[in-house]
Amino acid sequence: MAFNIYDFTTLTHNIHVGLAESFSPFMATTIEWVIVGVVYLLFIAVFGLFLVYAERKVCAAFQQRLGPMRVGPWGLLQTIADFIKLLMKELIMPRKADYFLYNLAPFLVIIASFLAIAVLPFAKGLQSMDFDIGVFYLTAVSSVGVIGILLAGWSSNNKYSLIGAMRSGAQILSYELSVSLSLMTMVVFAGSMQFSTIVEGQRDAWFIFSGHIPAIIAFIVFLIAGTAETNRGPFDLAEAESELVAGFHTEYSGIKFAMFFLAEYINLFIISAVAATVFLGGWMPLHFGNLESFNHVMDFIPPIVWFFGKVLFVIFIIMWFKWTFPRLRVDQILTLEWKYLLPINLVNILLMALVVLTKFHF
Amino acid sequence: MSEIKEVIINNDRLATDEYLVNMGPQHPSTHGVLRLLVKLEGEKVLNVQPHSGYIHSGIEKMCEAISYPQIIHLTDRMDYLSAHMNNEAVALCVEKALQVEVPDRVKYIRTIMDELSRLASHQLWWCVFGMDLGALTTFFYGLRDRELILDIFEETCGARMTVSYNTPGGVMFDIHPNFQKRVKEYIKYFKTKLPEYDKLLSGNVILRERTEGIGHLSLVDAIDFGVTGPSGRASGFSCDVRKHVPYSAYPFVKFNEILDHRCDTYARYEVRVREMWESISIIEQLIDNIPAGDYAVKMKGVLKLPEGEFYQRVESARGEFGVFIVSDGKKNPYRVKFRSPGFSNLFALNNMAKGHKIADLVAIMSTLDLIIPDIDR
Repeated sequence: MAFNIYDFTTLTHNIHVGLAESFSPFMATTIEWVIVGVVYLLFIAVFGLFLVYAERKVCAAFQQRLGPMRVGPWGLLQTIADFIKLLMKELIMPRKADYFLYNLAPFLVIIASFLAIAVLPFAKGLQSMDFDIGVFYLTAVSSVGVIGILLAGWSSNNKYSLIGAMRSGAQILSYELSVSLSLMTMVVFAGSMQFSTIVEGQRDAWFIFSGHIPAIIAFIVFLIAGTAETNRGPFDLAEAESELVAGFHTEYSGIKFAMFFLAEYINLFIISAVAATVFLGGWMPLHFGNLESFNHVMDFIPPIVWFFGKVLFVIFIIMWFKWTFPRLRVDQILTLEWKYLLPINLVNILLMALVVLTKFHF
Repeated sequence: MSEIKEVIINNDRLATDEYLVNMGPQHPSTHGVLRLLVKLEGEKVLNVQPHSGYIHSGIEKMCEAISYPQIIHLTDRMDYLSAHMNNEAVALCVEKALQVEVPDRVKYIRTIMDELSRLASHQLWWCVFGMDLGALTTFFYGLRDRELILDIFEETCGARMTVSYNTPGGVMFDIHPNFQKRVKEYIKYFKTKLPEYDKLLSGNVILRERTEGIGHLSLVDAIDFGVTGPSGRASGFSCDVRKHVPYSAYPFVKFNEILDHRCDTYARYEVRVREMWESISIIEQLIDNIPAGDYAVKMKGVLKLPEGEFYQRVESARGEFGVFIVSDGKKNPYRVKFRSPGFSNLFALNNMAKGHKIADLVAIMSTLDLIIPDIDR
């Protein structure tokens, strides 16, 4: 079983063939499901914890302090310690909360994140589902999360939670449009909704370069709308601490709170990963038209490093503006979406269509 | 809870689209234990009813049982961010009653400490204001600079916040030999840091959108509610006690009373930031000219005020702070009343916040710079 860091197709193919030879087709599929599920679970847990740590370090850097330093070297084990603490904490439920919905909500939120992560191509051949409607699927499942948030706010039987949930409902539903439309702009350019095709299309130049002006506009709109959709600052209205205490998850504790918390970071990863895949070439190395030697050097860096490098870059940008800007007000957030981002997006799609029609791209 | 129930039960024409929310006593943005009963319609604030008294400690009553020098130590605990000004008000009041003239050195030291406290208080307000608006980074910028002022306080009198540095007739101890050097160093340092505040927050488009035109408090309302300090001056109410009834070393210095006529949250924000520049200039004028002399007048062991009523006001970081002492000639006062700026400022909140959003209510409350023990006393 040859292991090639530049191409995972053979590895996954070999695993599949090996399983298919040893078990019945049904068993083989089931085992594959389990393997994929466990891998994703592990990935989400580890990467989520890493993001929490990264966020704390990044925000500490912006705030002229060190961040966690005590647990483990440079505080590396801090988030693990926090997670263990959350696991062991008592689950407190308000007496008048709606039992079923209250307990369902965190699962819905995290399931939405899990579903969305399935279509992301991490490297060549490292993708569990490769639909021909990948982009469409992603926007569809990522909006399932808002149901969880609304349920959490409603079932907690807490006034702050309800206000938080209403805010987040209005916000996520609005910004869903911008996220989808800015992705659609790039779908027009790529001519496909399949993530693998989109990435393949960026072999020679990333879409943000080859699609020039409309792609850059779409990228900025996507970053803004994506941040808003993940409920992160400066759009963190749903959990605006100074206004609503903790918003929709005020009444959650222990592992259920951890789920909301983890889901937030997974969503941050998803938004960044989609931005990296659609605009910044996914796992494709940086190539410049005819600089052969430069391109070869870039090829030498494994795709998985490229992918995570880009993702972390986008995550850093999103964290940067979270820790710099004040929060918007609820009416301003809706004004921004409906009066500015949406018209810009619609015009941008037309612009992109013109660019594609006239072949005015690189 | 029972109050909400009462409201609901007694209101037979219960409007279904109104939403009563208890903001506080435990709420991140009430900065202590202030309780606001907020009536909402969706996000819109219909009415704000402040309920104070959750940290009432009976300071005025306690003052009746203790001697005048001891009262000073209680005033620290009211507006703990302008502790030095509060101390000074009592000290000045007692000196006025006993007709004691303090040496110039004391006046200079007091004024420098006043302005340092004002800087520290405005810095902390700036951190918290940013945080209330969701910009969490401001918190650490402000605290970074405030910490150095507290270090100077610590060196001067041993305490960082509740300084209790004043005493009737002067100050507790002479300034530390390093005092002048450190203050000068600090001023030089802070002059490079204050523009950072503007860079980080003042010019931010989101902040402007959030604050401009929000929480309008007209000049008439400001005077009616007795809103003083930076909040009142942002409504064009010329109410700076330092300017109108100068005390300590304020007659010796040149400074501007910062007035703004925009009356909104942003004006209140800007007035405070500009006041920091004024404080810097006042300290610069005084720090090199501290005259030699005694740091306190020799006072009697037991102070007995003559029979009568005495009032002294000072400009604390939040507004006009007044001490009213009724004496019957004994060693402790017959009655003490403090006029705290926070109390008057708080009750203009409803007027300002009505019709705005919840987020605006938080921003408005933040620009009033409320200190809850100052309100409840």
